[in-house]
Amino acid sequence: MDQLYREFILDHYKTPRNFGELEQRDAEFQDRNPLCGDEMGVHIKLAGDRIEDLRFHGTGCAISQATASIISDELKGKTVAEVAGLDRNFVTEEIGIELSPTRLKCGLLSLKVVQGALLGTDEWPSGTPEQDPDASEVARLRNEI
Amino acid sequence: MAVAARTAELPRSVEEIRADFPILSREFGGRRVAYLDSAATAQKPEAVIEAISSYYRRSNANVHRSMHELAAEAEHLYEGGRAKVASLVGAPPREIVFVRNATEAINLVRYTWAREHVGAGDVVLISEMEHHSNVVPWQLLCQEQGAELQYLRVDDQGRLDLAELDERLAGGRVRLVAVAHVSNVLGTINPVGEISERAHAAGAMVLLDGSQAVPQMPVDVKVTGADFYAFTGHKMIGPTGIGVLWARRELLEEMPPFLGGGSMIKAVEDDHSTWATVPAKFEAGTPAIAEGVGLGAAADYLAALGMDAVRAHEVEVTAYALDRISALDGVTVHGPPDAAERGSLVSFAVEGIHPHDLAELCNREAVCIRAGHHCAQPLMRRLGVPATARASFSVYNTTAEVDRLIGALENAKRIFGV
Repeated sequence: MDQLYREFILDHYKTPRNFGELEQRDAEFQDRNPLCGDEMGVHIKLAGDRIEDLRFHGTGCAISQATASIISDELKGKTVAEVAGLDRNFVTEEIGIELSPTRLKCGLLSLKVVQGALLGTDEWPSGTPEQDPDASEVARLRNEI
Repeated sequence: MAVAARTAELPRSVEEIRADFPILSREFGGRRVAYLDSAATAQKPEAVIEAISSYYRRSNANVHRSMHELAAEAEHLYEGGRAKVASLVGAPPREIVFVRNATEAINLVRYTWAREHVGAGDVVLISEMEHHSNVVPWQLLCQEQGAELQYLRVDDQGRLDLAELDERLAGGRVRLVAVAHVSNVLGTINPVGEISERAHAAGAMVLLDGSQAVPQMPVDVKVTGADFYAFTGHKMIGPTGIGVLWARRELLEEMPPFLGGGSMIKAVEDDHSTWATVPAKFEAGTPAIAEGVGLGAAADYLAALGMDAVRAHEVEVTAYALDRISALDGVTVHGPPDAAERGSLVSFAVEGIHPHDLAELCNREAVCIRAGHHCAQPLMRRLGVPATARASFSVYNTTAEVDRLIGALENAKRIFGV
């Protein structure tokens, strides 16, 4: 049984939840992973400062698509301040597996665009190598090598 | 024909050749690495590693400016490297300008020749299959000069259309045609001789990006008809940090210098300078000496195998890979269908599995392939795909490694249920 490509992930990849567009939306953001060209966009409808509904759209690998699907229901009901506090741990706990350095950005692209839409930032979520080089997986590996 | 067949045979077995490349004995998870990513960067034989190591251990000194014995030795080795590379591509050493990589070679042309010869309303003609290194410098030039960047289309079999080239040239505004000799995504070997001939007849200059060509086939820069020929060291089993711009001597002499500094001058007055002869005029500052020595060793290694034989071996592996990959269900292969008219790589898509996931699942079996846009986003748009998976081959690859790739792809299909 493959840890990364287990049924749970493949199911979300093949039939992603909360994918599509929202006609009525209060915030949106689109970005791509420069390493691989994967694209991800999000439409968000707010009720006060809480996410009432959201839809992702884009193309990418199983990890980027499934992650967006898996975190989408969890994000509903969260406040803007709560979204600001989310980092890689939120994503890896939701998908139930640590991501290797090469796949981390695939897994964090969906959270990045949600934070981009709500916070106006263009930063990778906390815990991404680029965002925090010292705490990164890359740095950890460097020490091991 | 018997003579041709004999000269196209490698002088040693592939197993013996593989033993020259120390990295190929690495294992991951108990599996021997199958390195199928040489189009990104090739592995290095012991001869190259030893040449660099020996240079630093025995001969290190700065070139061009010291009188002592070590400096003479360093210069001899560095200029020897230039001569070996020159010999591999059929050029006099004086026409070989060492730069950092092919990207820098192309940028050198953009900042020197092109700035003087491409003006407002002129056209730089590239193609949809170019690597970003042969796209972005021309975008920047055209923005700076008010010139126009045009793209030759790529047809559904990954080829350029010479009739379209003629149409574009007939407009009379094309000053430069800049295309890849061999595509890093499609594998297409472009008809560079004909492209050069037609461009020259229309008064345009020709720059070829030979990064994928020089490592895998006999290249004589004069036969290509190009005015500028750029290639990089690390893809031709040499070190990183060194590449080459070739141009005819008279052309290099006419061009203004690129970077200013030491080594590229004849005399420095208070308010102006005069330039060293070529190629030194384009090599400001202390060069990548060890890398030049290493690249010379790489050129020697390839020359000893014979580029005809290298090409013949790679065609064999590529043809086998094309057959086996195409035979998988739900697979699309990009580029020309015949191995004889393509370089040693296969880009493909498996329906229902993103290329990244393919690459990851291959990696579980120690099979290294590449997935992504391959620094060719305009081509990805033309193909209508976000990314491709690519297996590329060098002289040290075998059909047995292709079998392992097929096994990994079949496993990926099983996991994804496609």
